[in-house]
Order: sequence, then structure tokens, then C-alpha cells
Amino acid sequence: MKPLFKPIAIAMACLGLSAPTAHAQNEADALMMGKHNLCIAAGYSYSSWDRYWEGSLKRDNANIGTFSASSIMAMLNYGIRDDLNIMVSLPYVSTKTSAGTLSGLNGLQDLSFYVKYRPVRKTFGSSQKLSVFAVAGYSAPSHNYNVDLMPVSIGMGSNVTTGRLIVDYQLSKFFATASGSYLYRSNVEIDRTAYYTTRQINSNQVQMPNAGVYQFRTGYRTPYIIAEAYVDHMRTYGGFDIRRNDMPFVSNTMNSTNVGFEGKYYLPQLRALGLHAAAWRTLEGRNVGQATGFMAGVLYTLNVAKSK
Amino acid sequence: MKKLFTYASLILLASSIAACNKDIKEYNEDFPALQPAKVDATAGNWKPLVITSTEEFNLPAPEATSSAAYQKELDDLKALSSNLTSDQREIINYWKVGSVLRWNEIMRELVAKHNLPPYQNPDGTYPIPSAANPFSYPQFPFSNPPYAARAYAYVSAAQYDALVAAWHFKYKYNRQAPYKTASGITVSVPKSDLPSYPSEDAVVAGASFEIMKLLFPADIDYIKQKAEEEKQYRMLAGVNVASDVIAGDSLGRWVARKVVARAKTDGMGAAVGNATVWKKLEDDCIAKGETPWYSLEIPKRPPMLPVFGNVKPMMFAAADVASIRPPAPPATNSEIMKKEVAEVLDFTKNASRERMRIVNYWADGVGTYTPPGHWNAIATTEFVKNQYSEVRWARNYALLNASLMDAAIVCWNTKYYYFNARPCQLDGRIKTLTGVPNFPAYISGHSTFSGAAATILAFLVPSKAKDFEDMANEASMSRMYGGIHYRSDCSEGLITGQKVGNYAVERAKIDGAN
Repeated sequence: MKPLFKPIAIAMACLGLSAPTAHAQNEADALMMGKHNLCIAAGYSYSSWDRYWEGSLKRDNANIGTFSASSIMAMLNYGIRDDLNIMVSLPYVSTKTSAGTLSGLNGLQDLSFYVKYRPVRKTFGSSQKLSVFAVAGYSAPSHNYNVDLMPVSIGMGSNVTTGRLIVDYQLSKFFATASGSYLYRSNVEIDRTAYYTTRQINSNQVQMPNAGVYQFRTGYRTPYIIAEAYVDHMRTYGGFDIRRNDMPFVSNTMNSTNVGFEGKYYLPQLRALGLHAAAWRTLEGRNVGQATGFMAGVLYTLNVAKSK
Repeated sequence: MKKLFTYASLILLASSIAACNKDIKEYNEDFPALQPAKVDATAGNWKPLVITSTEEFNLPAPEATSSAAYQKELDDLKALSSNLTSDQREIINYWKVGSVLRWNEIMRELVAKHNLPPYQNPDGTYPIPSAANPFSYPQFPFSNPPYAARAYAYVSAAQYDALVAAWHFKYKYNRQAPYKTASGITVSVPKSDLPSYPSEDAVVAGASFEIMKLLFPADIDYIKQKAEEEKQYRMLAGVNVASDVIAGDSLGRWVARKVVARAKTDGMGAAVGNATVWKKLEDDCIAKGETPWYSLEIPKRPPMLPVFGNVKPMMFAAADVASIRPPAPPATNSEIMKKEVAEVLDFTKNASRERMRIVNYWADGVGTYTPPGHWNAIATTEFVKNQYSEVRWARNYALLNASLMDAAIVCWNTKYYYFNARPCQLDGRIKTLTGVPNFPAYISGHSTFSGAAATILAFLVPSKAKDFEDMANEASMSRMYGGIHYRSDCSEGLITGQKVGNYAVERAKIDGAN
């Protein structure tokens, strides 16, 4: 039986010491909106850390106390066809420190656009299914926000071009999804004319290392309930370590390994409405905070063709 | 539909590949080769800053150009200057932009590298970097703004005095450049009528090495490598024979040792103070009925270089500092102070992106070349348009950096004389958009540095006077926008800086270089 709609999800993942880079989870999952279905999603997420890795050294910082970032995200996901979706998202991010004198910052972060295509879907026997997805994405700062006040900056200020490949295997109601993506991150312009990385650089342009995100998810999936656990690893290719007692910087090396749980539930009485929640924790990292976070959101799906 | 997706993917792919070259172009890559408009032939008579006379260095006369020894040097030079490797060409292309300019860039890099406050000890006290043990954590130095201002000043003074001495001997012995008397030398940089003995580049390399190893002892290998490279460059480029270089190196070092001697007795050694000094500053302030400054860092960090205000200035006597020091700031409980606190709170609550840009542009905080370094960078981009001789480059930096060091001395003297609180100490609602410096507020260091720099730079490059003044005003305001200074800190800082800068202007009028 083909369900009326397929759920989408949003979550926040943390890349870096700054505010969690808004990360549209549904570009990384193995789910698609059906043809002419539009999903409108809204979510709130919160993550915080009181310890971080300065290079490989784990430390606290009494002048930051607990760093926290909260975010409100709006997202649209439209099914052009059953095997071709487009998505747009934009988060509003606020950052705060609990100690010290540093101000928090807030504002609209990066506008993201994704195209998700499913070239392969094969069914084996009565209960096995293998799908392959390809995702292309582009995100850009919605405005010229302040990137040079890490860790309280709301984002990295880079234009990111993403390519992702997802393989999903489903056996009855259990599934496993593996994905890998490469993030081409454009250089960033800062407000200063010189800065020090591992040497003095006389420019306002900052060379940004590219990044990769690798993820494995597994769990239970029906058209109405999804419960899953995941582990992901994000890393930059290049960058440099924060020096002893220095401030973090936008082009630092930023690596992290995170684990999380995520669930979606669609109301039997009102199948267009879904509830969505997730929680995660950073296990290991480099130049990132050891974040603990959660999100909660709602999903509402409508069939655009039908309403015409 | 499939086509649409294919096209979209292709566009994305193409745009990302087009943008794949991420190499940064630095603004100093475009600086032209130095080709001085004037040789400044009388610079041997310019007034030096630290040394008393150029004749106190007994630089021996060079061999005659007709001598066998010199002819041998010419043959070596012919061989060396032809068939350059690409590495050797790179060395030439780096140094040909100008010796004094490049050492200024190296200084800015070392200041930025070492401008990191030490991390606290487990018991909440802070370690103090030790010149006797520069390699272990915390590395010596912590090149904070006063340290940096003094370091830039001494390097510039050593280079300037050494070049004045070099010019003296150049015209005393008047040995022409090798390419003037011999053919067959491949010359890779602009030619000049300047006598070549001693080599001005070797003078600067020797002087820089000698003073910088005192200031940045942990980087001695790097400094040495640069100095050796520069001396090599003059021969690779076919413009100095070995004896020009050896004489220049010796002269540069001799002169710099005089500056080292000054640096060792200028009072810097006592600038850190001790627990008794720190306590007394607080007690004296309370005795005046004012709210004393305290460190806003956790754990509380001892104040930055509280006795730096007693360091011996460059352009006036230590006894003059008190007369330049501005009058007291508004009392903590005064109506004016309440208004000024409210103004800072308002700036931080209503921070626009443009104000944040100004805060960031002028922040020059942890991990940067500091405000004195920023003004050196600003000066460099102007100086480089004017094709100065090396000695004039050095003189202009020396005037600028002497002003900045004196500005640091007067400013620090003022800060610890009044010892007043930062805005977020008086009103906890004030959250800052840049780091809060760990020393009292009055007067603003940025404002004092900028007032001094803009004043002397306006004299040196009059066509840009208005720009320098605008920059100084913006630098000053940035500290209010950032939430770390009151208006009176900034306005009095600018005025005080201008007073300091005027000492350099008065000297510049009579140093023989006009």
C-alpha cells in the first residue's frame, strides 16, 4: 500500500564552535515526498556545551560558562515526482553564553536549497527494498551576518555546495541508511584586513576548508512511525587548530562525531500532521563544542494537486 | 522533469568547479619593487633616535675597486647572479619590495603569533611568560599592545639609526655599485646611484636580527633564516658584493646593540608589577572615593603591565608623562558617568551590522598584530606608494612607532593612575561585542594609539591627513560600539594621542629629513 505521504524530518547538527549550522535532516534521510505533496515543517532546536576541544585538548572556559544556541527553522519540501523532491529551508539562530561579558548574537542564518533524486528503488522478495538517492544542495547566508565573533557568531558565512549519496536498505519494518556527502565551502570575507592562522595573512578573505559528513542511521520505519538511532561524523578537510587560549576562527579544523535518536509520529486521526523530535550528543571532536541538543517540530503535508 | 534535474545538477557542478580555486590573494603581493625616487644622499646627517653619533662605529674602509680582492668578489657575483634557481628568484622577488617594509611585515606576524594571554594555573593564578625560558608555555613574550608598541618602536629605531650610520659610511667611502664598474653581472632588481658599501639590506638584516632576538627569543631560528635570506638576496640580485654585505651586517648589529642596551634599562622589566603593586592601585583608587577597576576575566587576571607607564619614552622625558596625562575621568557616581554608561548600554543593545563591522575591523585583540600593528599596516599601504629610500622608510616607521610606544606609555600611565572601571563592571547588563581588555578603561588605548598615529602620519603623508583622522575617529568609536569604553575614554584618548603624536611631528621637522 502506498502511503498518502511520506514524512520528512528536520534536525540540527553541530558543525563547529559557533551556532549549530542549520542542517536540514531530510536532505540526509532516505525519505521522499510523494508527487504534488508539499510538506511544511517548523521546528525548534537547542544545543549547548560547556566543554570544547581546543585542537585536541578538551577544556572548559570560565569566561564562556555554558554556550547555547537555539534555532527556529522553517522548511518546505515539495514532491515534483515520487522520485524527485525539492527543499528550501531557513533558520533563525540565537546564541548566548552563561558567563563572561561576551554578547550573544541572533539573526536569520543560511538559506538552503536541495534537490533530491532517487534513481534506484528495487524490491527483493516480499519485504526487502533497496533505494539509492542523490542529493545536490546549495546554501548561502541570508544576509551579511557577523562571522568574526566566534563562538557567538550565528553561522560560518560560507556558500556551501553539497553533493550527497544515500543508500537505504529496508527489511520489513527495519531499515539501515548510509550516506556520505561532500561540502564545498566557499571562502569567507571577514571585516578585518589581516588575521593569523598558522601564519599572518594580509587579506580579508579567509580560505575555508571543505568538509565531509558521513552518517549511518538505523531503526524502525512504517508510514506512521519512524524511530531511529544515528551516528554521524563531520570533518573538515584542512583548516587549523585553535592555539592555546586563542579565540576560535571560522576556518578552524572542525571535526565531530555525534550520536542521536530521532522519532516521527503521524497522528492516526489527522494523518497530514506529524510530530518530530530528536536528541543528540557529541562524543568526540576537534575545535568544536561537546554539544548536547534536542529538537522538536511539527510537519504538515498537503496535496497541492488535489487542492487545485 | 528528468532534464530539469540534469540541468540543475550541471549548473551546480559547474558553479562549484568554477569557484574551486580558493587561493587567497594578499594585498601585499602587489607591492612593487623598490625603486627610490630619491637616494637621500644626506641621510648620513639625519638625527638618529638612540645612538649619539654615526662615527662611534668604526666601519673600516672597503678595498679599492681596483684591488684583486674586489675583482675576485666581482667574479663571484657574476657567477652567483646568473643561472638563478626558482627558489632564488622567489627570494629576490620577496625582498626587492623593500627591506624595511618586509621586516615590518615580519614584526606584525610575530606580534600576532605571540599575542595570546596565558592560560591560568590550576590554582587560579596566572603564569607570567619568562624571557629566560621563552620556549616553554607560556611562551615569551605575550605581545600585548604595550609590549608590541615598544617592540615595533625598538625595531624601527634600530633600523633607522643603523641606516643613518650606513648612509654616513656609504658617502664617506663612496664605493659604487658593482654593476657600475663591471660588466657581466646579471642585475635582477632596479639599479640605483646609491654607493653600495655597506649594503643597506645587510644593515637592516643585521640590526633586525640583533634587536628581534631580544624581543622574540622563541623565534630566533625564523628571524635568523630571514636575515640570512636577505643578505643572500643582495648578492643573488647582483647588487652587492660579499664585503658590502659583511660590513652592513656588522654595522647593523653594532647599532642595534645600542638599542638593545636601551631596551634592557627602559623600565620594562618592572612593568608587570607584583601583588603589592596591584593591591596598592586598588587601595589608592578607593582612597580617592572611586570604584576601582577589577578584572572581568574568570579567574581574575592581574592587570596588564600596570607599571608600563613608567617605561622611558622615545620622544620626551619620563618626567613629561605626568604633564601629558589627561585630567581625571568623570567620577563613578557623577551624572556624566551615568549618562556615559547608559550610552554604552544603548550601543550594545542596538548593535547594527555596520557598527559590528567597525568593531571587528578595529578589534585588533587576541591573536592579532594589535592596534600599533594595524597602524603600521595602514602606514605601509600609504608609504609603499611613495618609493622612499630605505633610510626614509625606516625614518617614517621610526617616527610612527616611537609615537605609538609613547602613546602606550602615556595611556598606561593614565589607566593605572586613575584605575577606573570598565562599562560592564558598572552595569552588568552591558554585554560586549569584542573582548574586554584586562586593564582599566580610562583612557582608551585604541584612541590614544590612533590619535598619535594619525597625527604623525598626517605630517608624513599630508595628502591623506583627512583619511587618517577619519580612521582614528572610527577606531576610537569602535570601542564604544563594542561596549568596552565610555565616550570620555575615547575623546580624551584621541586628544592625548594627538599630543603624543605632535612630539614626533616636532622632531620630524628638525631631524634633517625634510
